[in-house]
Amino acid sequence: MIHTELTYVDWIIMLLYFVFVLGIGFALKRFMKTSKDFFQAGRALPAWICGLAFISANLGAQEVIGMGASGAKYGLETAHFYGIGAIPAMIFVGIFMMPFYYGSKARSVPEFLRLRFDEKTRALNACSFAVMTVFSSGISMYAMARLIQALHVFDHLFLVMGWPLGWIFTFSIVLSAIIVLLYIFLGGLTSAIYNEVLQFFLIIAGFLPLVLIGLKSVGGWQGMKTAVASIDPRMLHEWKGIMHPATNPMGIDIIGLAMGLGFVLGSGYWCTDFLVIQTAMASHNMDAARKVPLIAALPKMIFPFLVILPGLLAISIATPHTTTTVSMQGGAIIHETNIVPPEVEQGRGLVPAKVNPVTGKPMLDASGKPLLDYDMATPNMLLHFFPTGILGLGLTALLASFMSGMAGNVTAFNTVFTYDLYQSYIHKNASDKHYLAVGRWATVGGILLSICTAYAAINFNNIMDTLQLVFSFVNAPLFATFLLGMFWKRTTGDGAFIGLISGTLAAVLHHGLSLPLEAHPGIHGGWIHVLHTYPSDMAQNFYTAIWAFSANLIITILVSLMGKPKPEAELVGLVHSLTPKPDTGHATWWRRPEALAVLLVVLLVVLNIFFF
Amino acid sequence: MNLDLRIPMGLLFTLVGLILTLYGAGTNGSPIYASSLGINANLYWGLVLLVFGGSMYILGRRGQRRMEREPQKPADTDSGAARRGH
Repeated sequence: MIHTELTYVDWIIMLLYFVFVLGIGFALKRFMKTSKDFFQAGRALPAWICGLAFISANLGAQEVIGMGASGAKYGLETAHFYGIGAIPAMIFVGIFMMPFYYGSKARSVPEFLRLRFDEKTRALNACSFAVMTVFSSGISMYAMARLIQALHVFDHLFLVMGWPLGWIFTFSIVLSAIIVLLYIFLGGLTSAIYNEVLQFFLIIAGFLPLVLIGLKSVGGWQGMKTAVASIDPRMLHEWKGIMHPATNPMGIDIIGLAMGLGFVLGSGYWCTDFLVIQTAMASHNMDAARKVPLIAALPKMIFPFLVILPGLLAISIATPHTTTTVSMQGGAIIHETNIVPPEVEQGRGLVPAKVNPVTGKPMLDASGKPLLDYDMATPNMLLHFFPTGILGLGLTALLASFMSGMAGNVTAFNTVFTYDLYQSYIHKNASDKHYLAVGRWATVGGILLSICTAYAAINFNNIMDTLQLVFSFVNAPLFATFLLGMFWKRTTGDGAFIGLISGTLAAVLHHGLSLPLEAHPGIHGGWIHVLHTYPSDMAQNFYTAIWAFSANLIITILVSLMGKPKPEAELVGLVHSLTPKPDTGHATWWRRPEALAVLLVVLLVVLNIFFF
Repeated sequence: MNLDLRIPMGLLFTLVGLILTLYGAGTNGSPIYASSLGINANLYWGLVLLVFGGSMYILGRRGQRRMEREPQKPADTDSGAARRGH
């Protein structure tokens, strides 16, 4: 293995990116005159920009690192998160739901809930959403700072400047916070969207050469298949073995997958999360808004190759036994060869073993095999294959994905806070200028809270897992509320409100009563009583979602049937049966959203056959 | 919005491409490329980015000029979800 040290070229590329990010913020500042410009990008952006931002908002580092990790752990089955978990939902939201979001003139998803249902449903959704965005952006910040530490990105700079290395964590957090704060403070949602598009291309620019070189090193696609098959042949198939948990690496079954991931979790995220919906709502007309998720779905299909493949390649490569550090000092090239530390030696390919932070020794599982640190799969691929120069580009792509993941959360937070909490409950009827200022300061507040979350994550080991668990409880039932609200005119506000709460309660109860195999009762479940054991935590997650969704659906219907629905005149533009179909007759047939949707379905089938 | 995103994006990729190409040309044959299987990844990828960035920039300039010639179409002002076609 060759270990590359960062040199001045890498620094220049990273610095250049920061200059451009801030430059875009400053260039957009003069267009930010009203709150609509700031929060909704003036509703004037073209579909392709919003479409690329739509997927980039989700393409935070948790996705880039997490999908690589999952690829290394489970193999091609990870592609289900795209094929089942994302693309069908993206087609659905574009064709069927966007007419109501965009057409209702709501400025946010919670505001849509107020128009369709009532004040209390909006307040419930706005509060839980605002809290979750702040925590998510804090988690993203924490993950970035940890990765910067692990990759020694700033070590050299700190040594040169004579600063203590212990400050790298704080330095990374403060630096990312200042940059994200500045560009959103200046350019609002437009700035966030522009930077998300920039990040989209950076990820491709940074990861495409990585995949190409990685594939070449193992002898192409066939070479990778042979290498992976020798570890676990099940990892080479997306669908084969899905009928039974024992025959696929994730330990899931077809019902959990299709219902839990596809219908509940995927749709719940892509169809209702304001984090992604805000980019579609920023487009310049209804046609464009409907096309946004569809345009996004096209590159989304290519992303398994860019983010999952590095993980598979990382385990296909032979485990290195020595490292060679090449450095240039005063024109001379110095080679330094070292034997790899035990955690690398005991790892698989480029995936190292996990190290116990107290003893410094690799951690073993119950059967004595080393536990692998899959999160390092993709970062280690970058360090392994990229020479200085292009390495700077790869690291910039990673940093960009972290920051735009944060930025999407921050702009969603400032909009929901200003429109749905401040304007609705704290200060009504103020001037537009006032709300614009509140939005800017909400950005500052949101980022400060994120920093607190990031620091809380260092001090409390379980806080990340706990937060993600709470998010899943709150998010799981959401899709049922939107589905009923948009497609059943009888649904009432009381029904939606009580249904949502029951859905979350069902999720909590299901988690408390079930446990994945080989886990101890506690954060993984079973903290009330273990009634059922699942083959894996993934299976447990999917079924928690199914329970939450079903509970919400049934309770909402029952409560709605007991109450009095809103008069039909108030529901025009909000409910399917009472809204005229969006007219696309003015566009040639192949420019219509429906044509794009059909193309996507065909491509999706082809992709699934390829990974079968 | 009155700033075509392709202009700054094109500029950034052109500059990154230029840096990588120049650095790659300067370090051609250097042992630093042992990690990338002997391929001068900087030079080749730099050229790719240069072409990509350059075309982005040209398209962006064209778009910007068109936008300045004809003022922006107003956003959808129809109420309700229905768009009346023409």
